[in-house]
Amino acid sequence: MKMDVRPPMLAAEQLTVHVGRRDVLRELNITVQPGDTLVILGRNGAGKTTLLHTLAGLREAARGLVLLSGQPYAAWPRGHEACLRGLLAQSQPDFFSASVLETALVGRHPYLGRWDWESPEDEAIALAALASMGLEGFAERQVPTLSGGERQRLAIAALLAQRPRLYLLDEPLAHLDLHHQVAVLDHFQELAAEGAGVVMVLHDINLAARYASHVLLLDGEGGHVFGPARDVLTTERLSGAFGHPLRAVADGAQTLFIPA
Amino acid sequence: MNGGTMAHGHTATRNASGGMPSQRRRAARVLAGLVLAALAAFVWSLTAGALPVGFGDLLGALGGGDGSMEADIIRSLRLPRAVAAFACGGLLALAGALMQVLLRNPLADPYVLGISGGAAVGALGAILAGATSGWIDGGAFIGALGATLLVFGLAHGDGSWTQTRLLLTGVIVAAGCGAAVALMLSLAPEGRVKGMLFWLMGDASGATRPWPALGLLVIGLASVLPFARELNLLSRGEITARALGVRTTRLRGLVYGLGSLLTAVAVTTVGSVGFVGLIVPHLVRLAIGNDQRLLLPAATLAGGVLLCAADTAARTVVAPIQLPVGVLTALIGVPVFLFLLARHPR
Repeated sequence: MKMDVRPPMLAAEQLTVHVGRRDVLRELNITVQPGDTLVILGRNGAGKTTLLHTLAGLREAARGLVLLSGQPYAAWPRGHEACLRGLLAQSQPDFFSASVLETALVGRHPYLGRWDWESPEDEAIALAALASMGLEGFAERQVPTLSGGERQRLAIAALLAQRPRLYLLDEPLAHLDLHHQVAVLDHFQELAAEGAGVVMVLHDINLAARYASHVLLLDGEGGHVFGPARDVLTTERLSGAFGHPLRAVADGAQTLFIPA
Repeated sequence: MNGGTMAHGHTATRNASGGMPSQRRRAARVLAGLVLAALAAFVWSLTAGALPVGFGDLLGALGGGDGSMEADIIRSLRLPRAVAAFACGGLLALAGALMQVLLRNPLADPYVLGISGGAAVGALGAILAGATSGWIDGGAFIGALGATLLVFGLAHGDGSWTQTRLLLTGVIVAAGCGAAVALMLSLAPEGRVKGMLFWLMGDASGATRPWPALGLLVIGLASVLPFARELNLLSRGEITARALGVRTTRLRGLVYGLGSLLTAVAVTTVGSVGFVGLIVPHLVRLAIGNDQRLLLPAATLAGGVLLCAADTAARTVVAPIQLPVGVLTALIGVPVFLFLLARHPR
């Protein structure tokens, strides 16, 4: 019985994504279930960000469907989709100065009514999100005084304060040092273990291999491979998709991919 | 999610000080202070002048008047002028704050999209044609709306909507209007040039019908305040705002349309008074931050206070000569702005 089955958190059905007049991705079919971590890999300009924005409902699909918990975005009551899925954008421009706490509180917007102000609970959630990104004690700082990596962690904290069930992350590791790269991925791994869905664009194949349950590899010309990480991450496929030969090196239980 | 422990100490101190979150109490304090400043500006504006009036007489005159000359001057000259200055200062500051969010540029002002240029072409054209004050106002309003529609049409020609393109189109249309204004000034007969220059610099002395401007100010503020938190998100960028559920296209349309209308009415009423729309939102932002829920009403009140006070100064400091109020706001505004810019290198 179809009625008894919970729909996947996110599904793309025969999804075609275009940039200008060019189809960068044709007839994509994916599903993301609670606990999944899907990593999107592909060369520059392959349409990764465009796909992520389409999956986030911010961009019309050329053809095909995007379903969030079984319904197209248009079918959700306006604003409710922001309680279900959150997007970490590739860059966080700051046109006006704001404090770190104000910036993290932005994530609480979907839960507030038109005339509501943030409650002490909202503030506690935002402060906890900041702490989880190693930004405790930063609440009163002005954003322009932060380093690039601190700003990136602040953007992630704002997304965590949003508390969606599905996280769409566009290059979450940008500007982060090695320690924070692993800390951020560990954090999302924990969230996935607690039942969240995670879809992220990464450039580091080895971190993808370590954290992904599924991989979507884009070739930028419409073609793609989707499947369990183990099946997709092969030297042959990666070399083809990135247009650069790769070599696999065994290191104990894991395989590392290095440019040849 | 982890890391909840450190949050509690902070929250507890906030809860201990009352049920209302501290930001709201601060907002109430700031706005109350500005309302008092507005009352003070009105009292000064109504009592000061060639015929000083005591506070007691002022209340009597406002309460109905006894037919005295003081009452007559206050009710038919000073009150409309003070209301016009306050309303237009508020309109310009609110429009400036909205344009700064729309263009995501803290240096935008209400005139950045060519509105004052269009109004100047309309008003000076009317003066040149020998029109009376009603037609000058009409010409200014038509010119302002014409420039708005022109910029909108040109910047949106292919349906795209980028800040840069809007800004560039506005600047170019304003430059074109500037050339037309210079042409009209050089062609104008001697006797009309002074009136034209006063209009260009901004002047509240001819403002006899201030109530539409005040009404629009109230309506304008009331119609953006429900969207204030969404404007906060819009000022952080299109993608962020949309990802959090804001209908940005509709919101930007509202901000653009309303900002243009407010500016057009202000320019029609007191001419193109400079710097209020740029300086006031900027100053208020430096003082209290960029939360539009507080910034929009605070900037509106502060703009009204500034222009009302500047206009009173303009007609009293070198009395009986009356200065165009725009000269005073620019003379105050330029150094203040340069100081702020030097103090906050961004």
